[in-house]
Amino acid sequence: MTAYVIRRVIIGIIILLLVTMLVFLLVRLLPGDPLVVFLGQSFTQNQQRIGPEQYEALRHQWGLDKPIPVQYIDWLSKIFRGDLGKSITVQEDIATLIAQRMPRTAYIGLIAFVFANIFGILAGIVCALRRGSWMDNTITTLANIGMTIPVFWLGVLLMYFFCYKLGWLPTSGWVNPFEDFWGNVRHMILPMSCIAVGSVAGLARLVRSCMLEVIAADYVRTAWAKGLRERVIVLRHQLKNALLPVVTALGGALGAILGGSVFIETVFAIPGMGLLMTNAIFDQDYQVVQAGVLLFGAIIIFSNLAVDIAWGWMDPRIRLA
Amino acid sequence: MADDSKTTMMPANGEGAGFTIPRHSEWKRIARVFFSRKLYAIGLVICVILVIMAIFAPVIAPYNPLKTDLRAILEMPSGAHWLGTDQLGRDVVSRIIYGARTSLMIGFAAVFSGSIIGLLMGLAAANYGGWVFAIIMRITDALMALPGIILVLLIAGIASKSGGAGSGGIPLVIFALGFGGIAGMCRMICGLALSVKQNDYVLSARAIGMSNWRIMMTQIFPNAFPPIMVGVTMAIGGMVLGEAGLSWLGIGVVPPVPSWGGMINDGQAYLLSNPILSLVPGVAIMLLVFGFNMFGDGLRDAVDPRLRGVI
Amino acid sequence: MALLDVENIKTYFHTEYGMVKAADGVSFNINQGEIIGLVGESGCGKSVTILSVMRLIRSPGEIIDGKVMFDGKDLLEYEANGPEMRAIRGSKMTMIFQEPMTSLNPVLTICRQITEVLELHLGMDRHSSRERAIELLKMVGVPDAARRIDDFPHQFSGGMRQRVMIAMAIACNPIIIFADEPTTAVDVTTQAQLLELMIDLVKRINTSLVFVTHNLGVVARYVQRIYVMYAGRIVESGLSEDIFSNPRHPYTIGLLQSVPRLGEKHGTKKLVPIMGLPPNLINMPPTCAFLPRCKHKISRCQQEPWPALRNVGDQHYISCYVDVRGNQ
Repeated sequence: MTAYVIRRVIIGIIILLLVTMLVFLLVRLLPGDPLVVFLGQSFTQNQQRIGPEQYEALRHQWGLDKPIPVQYIDWLSKIFRGDLGKSITVQEDIATLIAQRMPRTAYIGLIAFVFANIFGILAGIVCALRRGSWMDNTITTLANIGMTIPVFWLGVLLMYFFCYKLGWLPTSGWVNPFEDFWGNVRHMILPMSCIAVGSVAGLARLVRSCMLEVIAADYVRTAWAKGLRERVIVLRHQLKNALLPVVTALGGALGAILGGSVFIETVFAIPGMGLLMTNAIFDQDYQVVQAGVLLFGAIIIFSNLAVDIAWGWMDPRIRLA
Repeated sequence: MADDSKTTMMPANGEGAGFTIPRHSEWKRIARVFFSRKLYAIGLVICVILVIMAIFAPVIAPYNPLKTDLRAILEMPSGAHWLGTDQLGRDVVSRIIYGARTSLMIGFAAVFSGSIIGLLMGLAAANYGGWVFAIIMRITDALMALPGIILVLLIAGIASKSGGAGSGGIPLVIFALGFGGIAGMCRMICGLALSVKQNDYVLSARAIGMSNWRIMMTQIFPNAFPPIMVGVTMAIGGMVLGEAGLSWLGIGVVPPVPSWGGMINDGQAYLLSNPILSLVPGVAIMLLVFGFNMFGDGLRDAVDPRLRGVI
Repeated sequence: MALLDVENIKTYFHTEYGMVKAADGVSFNINQGEIIGLVGESGCGKSVTILSVMRLIRSPGEIIDGKVMFDGKDLLEYEANGPEMRAIRGSKMTMIFQEPMTSLNPVLTICRQITEVLELHLGMDRHSSRERAIELLKMVGVPDAARRIDDFPHQFSGGMRQRVMIAMAIACNPIIIFADEPTTAVDVTTQAQLLELMIDLVKRINTSLVFVTHNLGVVARYVQRIYVMYAGRIVESGLSEDIFSNPRHPYTIGLLQSVPRLGEKHGTKKLVPIMGLPPNLINMPPTCAFLPRCKHKISRCQQEPWPALRNVGDQHYISCYVDVRGNQ
């Protein structure tokens, strides 16, 4: 088991490096000059025209004239020293920016994740146990629909109803939950629901099909033959087996939620990591992009790792291999 | 070993004589399972309607979707314009119909391109094994380590700012989406190919001296094909959602080419006065994705219900 | 008074191809301390029959008709998963399944899977049930039982897993054990060991055993009475010696002719397989199901419905219009 874990951790780190390399390359190889936006801003904000020598000087200052592998190593070594770089557009330390914004995205994402899991898994179990009933049919249909909803459109739709038409909730912004808890709830309930919908739907479907498979398994028939009652069979025999594959899907669900934050933060004007990344991509603020990719990548890789280890521990066939 | 506590017995062939024995070809069986659930048939119908709509858009659409009419902006639904007009006076119905064309074109192209590359990578990984397998797996791991949206966003966003490709950015969107889809396809196909490889007929093929390449093409691929079809169909929905997202953010299809995602974004400014502009395109997206998902589900159940957990 | 008297069980399955009559009027009984064999080829309905007795049939299967008299009550009157059946299953009637690989829950320890029966039916507490479980494992011949009891099924070999299944089956001193092809999925050596074990245990704890198999050789040594099934019905039944020495139904004769026998003097006697294939259980004609493969058919067979069982000797019944005094 320990060997398993260590192997997975090492592979995880390698993949993280690969991701950063990939993005590094993408940013530099795709057409587009990182300095263009800066120059444009410079011109509009400061009425300053940058001449060719100054351009070259800037390139040198940002290290853009060095060969790409060297730039990568430079960047990597800075990371190890805790220096994530500066944002070209905002002229602030990226680390500060992230420290400000990540907690907000994490707050929304994690709570949405927890609720999505609870509802999705429960729904899936209910559907499987009462297969073919009206409950099963309704929930399954809702889940099928839920998987088709574009997350940003849902945001717009809910905003239309709850903010404009009914006036119950504010349309945008972020309120610190430690200062104003209920205010935060009012601001967060729509974004969280939007992000969670896709995951709930997907999980419900997955759990349902996993449970159905387990229900038809031979060892469940053995359990019936021993005279156990349904509740015991479900809780003791079926759940653990059914949820094993679901656990691995949770890693993917977290990724989807992080991805959804990009859209939701745009719709609801929440100053979080998603919005930061989006703006950085538009502004070609590649330092921020790289740092963001590092962060998101690390989160996803780490959560996939945690999920793999959890599976490995839960499934005795792997734990005691 | 037939366990007769389970359900059907395989129909015996004609030697029993005197009994009516149902003969079922594979296609008939697939068709029967597929149509056994209304949902799948509905999905198929939706897909067909949308595809027809996309192909025959110029014939079906009442107006030119690009034609602006500044005297008739933001009109509510009426006899002349069934869903009203947008902020530039363009007919919404026509833009929705043409939007289907945009979405399906991009969706199919992206899935196709991503699948081809993913297919080759996956087959290669499964077939050659060893370090080829390891490298390809790590690459897909890396591609999958980012939320798909972010990866696609990255490619589309960065490339589009530079004076991207012409034709309304469509080739770019296809490239970005396709790129994002490679990893998933590769993984799925590799898994399928590996499980097919376990089968004895592959062993026999090897035993009679078939080359690796031939085995891949004649044994592995045809047997992995039905699940691949299912995976591809399911992927189209995702691609359409991706295109909508990109267009909504402004880095997808370049206006004035009609795109459902773009229409949602345009309509947001007029949400209070004319919500139709933003809400209808979303419904269209949902219908399309729903149709293809249900179609894919039906295909999967018909082809092999055991795939339920895999795809 | 028979311990278990199964009358005319009909279990049908609703499938996309039609209604499969898996068991179409099966009757058998078993007495205290008896070992009976339920024999037939794959798909003849023997597993379905015993699953029906234990009310383990699930949709799309349905028990259409019949009576299962046990302890003075008709089990078919009870709800399949009601408290009465649950009290019987696992304690008075138990089952050993065919596939040891998949019949044990992979995520629960062997200990848990045995003790849950003890706790449920005998009301034992955790500690004593664990002790008893270890005892049971020793009884079925699992070496190092005290340590292995905390292992998981995947850590056991197939034969060992089957021993665990046997342990679960005898845990509450059942009145009847149903063994559904318990040795089919293991190798021949293990097969012999498991058989010896089962017969020994059955005698020791004085239960009755219904042994379902397609392999005549397996039942030859141990069972006292045999029921031969074909296409969902009993075609011949009788004392074991009678069936083997004097089979009267064409199917049974065919079966015995197709199986090699030890001690054949000439050794070059050909094995004669039964021509044709098993029938499709959907759309069965009203006539005898064995008709197309029968070498002894007469005109009556083609005109009249499937023959009812008739007595042709001491406890010897056949379902045939022709009484073939066939002999090996």
